[in-house]
Amino acid sequence: MDVFFGLFFNVMEEGLIYGIMAMGVYITYRILGFPDLSVDGTFPLGACVTGALIAVGVNPWVACLAAFLAGAAAGCVTGLLHVKLHITDLLSGILVMTGLWSVNLVVTRGSAVLPFYNKPTIFTSGPIVHLMPPGMQDYRVVLIVLLVVIVVKVLLDLYLKTKSGLLLRASGNNPQYVISLGKDPGRMKIAGLAIGNGCTALAGSILAQQTETANIYGGTGMVVMALASVIIGTSLFGKIKFIRPTAMVVIGAILYKTCLVIAMQLGLPTNYLKLLMALLFTLALVGNQAFSGRRKHPHVVNPTQI
Amino acid sequence: MSSTQLKSDSMVSLRNICKTFSPDSVSEVVLFSDFNLEILPGQFVSVVGSNGSGKTTMLNLICGSIVPDSGSILLKGEDISKMKEFQRSKSIGRVFQDPAKGTCPELTILENMALADNKGSFYGLSRGVSRRRTDEYRTMLQRLDLGLEDKLSVQVGSLSGGQRQALALLISTMTPIDLLILDEHTAALDPRSSENVMRLTQELVTEKHLTTLMVTHNLKYSIQYGNRLLMMHQGQAVIDAADEAKEALSTDDLLNRFNQISLEVGN
Repeated sequence: MDVFFGLFFNVMEEGLIYGIMAMGVYITYRILGFPDLSVDGTFPLGACVTGALIAVGVNPWVACLAAFLAGAAAGCVTGLLHVKLHITDLLSGILVMTGLWSVNLVVTRGSAVLPFYNKPTIFTSGPIVHLMPPGMQDYRVVLIVLLVVIVVKVLLDLYLKTKSGLLLRASGNNPQYVISLGKDPGRMKIAGLAIGNGCTALAGSILAQQTETANIYGGTGMVVMALASVIIGTSLFGKIKFIRPTAMVVIGAILYKTCLVIAMQLGLPTNYLKLLMALLFTLALVGNQAFSGRRKHPHVVNPTQI
Repeated sequence: MSSTQLKSDSMVSLRNICKTFSPDSVSEVVLFSDFNLEILPGQFVSVVGSNGSGKTTMLNLICGSIVPDSGSILLKGEDISKMKEFQRSKSIGRVFQDPAKGTCPELTILENMALADNKGSFYGLSRGVSRRRTDEYRTMLQRLDLGLEDKLSVQVGSLSGGQRQALALLISTMTPIDLLILDEHTAALDPRSSENVMRLTQELVTEKHLTTLMVTHNLKYSIQYGNRLLMMHQGQAVIDAADEAKEALSTDDLLNRFNQISLEVGN
């Protein structure tokens, strides 16, 4: 039973952390229709920025914010490459992902793994941890991650209802309409990519603090992980009116993580993990096509032309 | 009307416009060579012409979706030739042939109208849909006579083409504009919806004193609506009749001219 609970908390912790990233990718992939590969680079960017800052004694919550901003900046670069230099969406992501590899190494001063054991993290310091009653201390990691997820979710939901948020949704859905309103859909696209990659870097930051290590290899497979979460979440719960998409994709991330953990428990060797991730994603894509039967985004203007 | 004299009181001026498609290739098409057009404030111009005559290209040139090879485009006396399409949109309203283009299908009617209502202002972090304005939106929708006022929270994507086009027309004129561009906006609709959209067009144009440029394939509409008529052929206005001269025109006159042109080109 203890093993089960241990696994359960592991799944919840990591599932929720990846859920933050999934919410970001929901914005780029579902709202803007932009398959953003830079995620593979911004996830470890968040981890490395956090590691470097915590190692020199910066407050871990400040480090989270810094990670978000670093990710947002990287997202802006992806957007600028696409919008201003007219590079296709996939290539823009690949370029940023590749470039970030070196950036991450610079941030960690050349080491591939940057440990910061016994330094204060959001899980070991700060008022939230101290105010928690002793009985809850055992679950503090999952509780704090849950808190961050809720804050990010509420902020995103609120944003998507603002004037700017509505314009962002229109930019992905019908760029010509945004042009008719006298606004540049390209600029909204850059903003969306900034938010999406900011969330991804925040997720990287929190995972690094959970393991007390920043790992520049940590980004491999994150695009697949995030897209799978978004597609699983929105296709399973898409018909249910009272669950918002942001919540759907977080649940999608938890479900995806659950599948991976179950496979590992059934004896799948760790080396096959990424293969399994790709397989599960393929299944999610095929299942999504079979259920919905049509593309969700009938783009009026080809998104690569913006 | 191919005068090159400067008219500062024009709402729209196209001056010495040249446009060639696929230059220096076998499919080269010289559409406009030294094309001039002045549209006065308050004019409702209906434009007819066969396919490839330059009607839609003219609209695209004015809106900025196509850049001319040379020549200048003026709106209210200001040269807008160098402005991007989205910048020009601030003072131009446009309704497309495709009803899907004028609205955002995944947003609700209310959200679409709230977005359009904010045109020209800053799209910031304030609440997207203001409750105070909802009643006003409902009143605007009532005049469409399509029952949309009871469907404010319905996604626009689930409406019919006629409903969407009526909504698109309403939306394009919600904020003050200098010029309304109608790009075959009834072509994709059934006869009843077309009539409804045309009735609404006339109402809005009269009420808001809009300078309007309407491209249509429907000769009846071109005669029935507007106070100036242009017939385009090979990048030139072969008929340009305003006011009384336009009143005197009939669909037969237009058809005869069409046939005459067809004979001239030999098909």
